[in-house]
Amino acid sequence: MEITNRAHGDTIVVAPAGRVDHATAADFERAVVPLLDAAKGSRAGLVFDLERVTYVSSVGLRVLMIASKKLRARGARVAVAAMQPVVAEILEICRFGAVVEVFATVDEALEAMKAP
Amino acid sequence: MKRVRFWGTRGSLPVALTAAELRARMVTAVKGARSATLATDDAVESYVDGLGFPVAGTFGGHTSCVQIETDSAHYVLCDLGSGARPFGQAALARHGPASAQTYHIFMSHPHWDHIMGLPFFIPAYIPGNRLRIYGGHPELEAALRRQMDPPSFPVPFSGFKADIEFVHLEPGVRHAIDGMTVTTLRQRHGGDSYGYRFEKNGRTVVYSTDSEHTLADPDDTKRFVAFFRDADVVIFDGMYSLADAISVKADWGHSSNIVGVELCQLARVAHLCLFHHEPAYDDATIARVLDDTRRLEEITRAGHALRISAAYDGLEIEL
Repeated sequence: MEITNRAHGDTIVVAPAGRVDHATAADFERAVVPLLDAAKGSRAGLVFDLERVTYVSSVGLRVLMIASKKLRARGARVAVAAMQPVVAEILEICRFGAVVEVFATVDEALEAMKAP
Repeated sequence: MKRVRFWGTRGSLPVALTAAELRARMVTAVKGARSATLATDDAVESYVDGLGFPVAGTFGGHTSCVQIETDSAHYVLCDLGSGARPFGQAALARHGPASAQTYHIFMSHPHWDHIMGLPFFIPAYIPGNRLRIYGGHPELEAALRRQMDPPSFPVPFSGFKADIEFVHLEPGVRHAIDGMTVTTLRQRHGGDSYGYRFEKNGRTVVYSTDSEHTLADPDDTKRFVAFFRDADVVIFDGMYSLADAISVKADWGHSSNIVGVELCQLARVAHLCLFHHEPAYDDATIARVLDDTRRLEEITRAGHALRISAAYDGLEIEL
């Protein structure tokens, strides 16, 4: 699957595309975990730009959980943004509202990340 | 196989409606009746049915006990949770104490909530009855005997006058039992648990409770998809939300409604039945989980439609 990432100040924006399911979640995890380790020690946040994600399954959500656990443990924030309606509904049904912060747009997420 | 009948559906611990909860439901029902016309019995029945299950019904409180009805004269049961007590009473009421019966009982594991019904399973006390208790745990017999020992219970295991036999089942082997083909699968749970796949006359029922799924392991997914493949009904441990199951309650040995949907979609199962409900959940919460699960199936469906229900004490699923 296609996954890009870019830095906005201290915050990293990760943007996967397509379906994050049993076939692709391992790729997603391999792309995300080094970013968590790279930022080790800092309080840099992470934003998942999900605009181009059409579906996310439990194995994909597990990667969000890994990110949340690692970053929150050191006081950093994790957010998802720009979700398509079906993906937003999946996260709601899976009770992930307490796992990651949810924003309508990436810009809103980045703005929020600036707050102490 | 003809149908699946649920005698106990709650996880971990039996629960019951409280007086306050029952009163609140009655208030809701009576308030709703103010504007209804209830002149006939049929109108009353219709009104009650329209109140919705969390008001007019209850998911019930007995722990795991599920009956699979086949065309055999013998009984087939999964687990001996507290639901085994009403099951045993119903069997006695049907046949009377003088008519010897055979019970094939398949044990997922010997945790307390899955064995607590045995001391109150009246057919076990009646000479002539035959209990064949199947499982994958070497210590299963010891666990069932131990809960009868003082000071835990006043009647020792020797008080059972039925013919009781323990049968060890190897996982992955197709066992021929009472006209069925029975396959077991070792599952991730504290001390292990075993799932059962029952096949007979072209019908398949899978009983898979107390089973945590390792999302990081694709082989785990493949094993369960193969075990569930094309089943008519999968009775599935949907105790927690996905968020809880992979965070604060990780390694607690249970799964989620979400993983149930995904595995059953991959395995092209006809009917997913959520089971082993969290004892802290009230009926409204379980109903909401059921609605959410059905919605998830709807928005993630890829051609194959999966029927979804939430088990309750007294539910019957026709096969």
